[in-house]
Amino acid sequence: MVRWLALLPFLGMLVGPFFLNRVTPYALGMPFLLAWFVAWILLTAAIMAVIFRFDPANREERE
Amino acid sequence: MNAALLGIAAAALLALGLGFLARRGRQMGLEQWTVAGRSFGAPLVFLLMAGEIYTTFTFLGGSGFAYGRGGPVYYILCYATLAYVTSYFLLPPIWRYATENGLYSQPDFFVRKYDSPMLGVVVSLVGIVALIPYLVLQFKGLGIIVEAAGYGAISSTAAVWIGAAVATAYVMVSGVRGSAWTAVAKDTMILLVVVFLGIYFPLHYYGGLEPMFAAIEQAKPGFTVLPARGESVWWFSSTVLLTALGFYMWPHTFGSIYTARNTRVIRQNAVVLPLYQLILLFVFLVGFAAILQVPDLKGQEVDLALFKLSVKTFDPWLVGVIGAAGVLTALVPGSMILMAAATLLANNIYRMVHRSAGDTRVLTIAKLLVPVVALVAIYFTLQGGQTIVALLLMGYSLVTQLFPSLVLSLGRNRWVTREGAAAGIITGVVTVAATSLMHATIGTLFPSLPVAIKELNVGIIALGVNVLVLVVVSLGTKFVAARHGLPVKALDPPSRPA
Repeated sequence: MVRWLALLPFLGMLVGPFFLNRVTPYALGMPFLLAWFVAWILLTAAIMAVIFRFDPANREERE
Repeated sequence: MNAALLGIAAAALLALGLGFLARRGRQMGLEQWTVAGRSFGAPLVFLLMAGEIYTTFTFLGGSGFAYGRGGPVYYILCYATLAYVTSYFLLPPIWRYATENGLYSQPDFFVRKYDSPMLGVVVSLVGIVALIPYLVLQFKGLGIIVEAAGYGAISSTAAVWIGAAVATAYVMVSGVRGSAWTAVAKDTMILLVVVFLGIYFPLHYYGGLEPMFAAIEQAKPGFTVLPARGESVWWFSSTVLLTALGFYMWPHTFGSIYTARNTRVIRQNAVVLPLYQLILLFVFLVGFAAILQVPDLKGQEVDLALFKLSVKTFDPWLVGVIGAAGVLTALVPGSMILMAAATLLANNIYRMVHRSAGDTRVLTIAKLLVPVVALVAIYFTLQGGQTIVALLLMGYSLVTQLFPSLVLSLGRNRWVTREGAAAGIITGVVTVAATSLMHATIGTLFPSLPVAIKELNVGIIALGVNVLVLVVVSLGTKFVAARHGLPVKALDPPSRPA
């Protein structure tokens, strides 16, 4: 089920900081932890787009 | 009148104009006023959701938090993102049920699901106690912005009165449509302003992002990540999770779900809204840029970081544009909160007392309550004082207490009784009040626990107590009913009574 992908952002944002709470290396000019979160925001949108695309619920309700 | 004031006045007029125009050609029944006839497509629902989330707290508080406390500010970036992910699954069933049953407000949902108008009153009271401080915060922010961006030409008191009058006027006329259309102006401006500031300040003062963060790291090592103790990683993850659960429990946020045309609109927004979170990144960058440029802001002054730095850097006309964006970030959420609070009072408390009141009557009462709610909020804003700050800190934890009985009402197998739901919510709310007023943390309550647990967000205790009471009372009431051969009242009647 494609919907299970929705758990990934939770892993990235809630568990990730335990291992990546660090300033360096700078990524995109930002402290590593901040860049990590920014990356996860982008990934989250991508993941949700994939779920949206393949979720049968959205095909039923197309106007 | 200086150039900055001109911009701010223009913003207020623009909000008023758009707010009035939003009504165009519509008969304003209760359903139009509160939920726009359930007709909004994805763009308007987006604006409404974004409109109520990106508030003065984001603008002033987000930059101030980054300035004053550093890394822990990232929690704001994360919790809303996770809330949007959750919304994909949580909101469609809520929307479907609300639409089938013609619901107007968040308490309506509990009333219908648990077949208990009294539970609706409990939920309404929780909502109002949480909403008023949130509204006060918007008004306070408005005062700060106008005073700072207008170079003191208009006092914050005058600004609060004018702003409150504008929001009250267009909410009374156009209801939720007024909020959605003013959000068009607000979100366009805030996006432009914040992205510009977030790029310009680091470049102008440091020559880029990495030099800026390196300079901060040199002055305050470890400031831009989570500290080892206090607001640690444990605090961070538990806070993100708790606030993500509470996110859609705010009455005005919950109510905006009802405005959607269909569930597809809601799912589309779950894809797009996370990207909009990036606007916060730029807000943080402004706060970080201010650390070394306007040092020595203390206490509540940290909220001024963005404006202090702007006034130091720019010509008055540009400060005026920033101020105008700031004014709109106060007015739009303010108007939504006003409407939500008035709807709760009229639809779920007034109607409970006067059961025969029809929709037209309830709408009239709701409209009349808008200025009343505004006056109450103005009173608390001008009076200042610590009480309201304490209430505000509680607000998020308070509405989170609605989460368990809401989610458990969505499943097919419904074992939570209305007594269980009410008891859970009430004990949860009391626990929140007690722990907040005592300034308790898990560490002060249970000093012998391991550090990791002590640093968890204290809201977990209230939520735990809530769920425990909910389970025990639900099973208890079912047991008692079975013993005495009483019919267990069927919950969730399929159709609405005429």
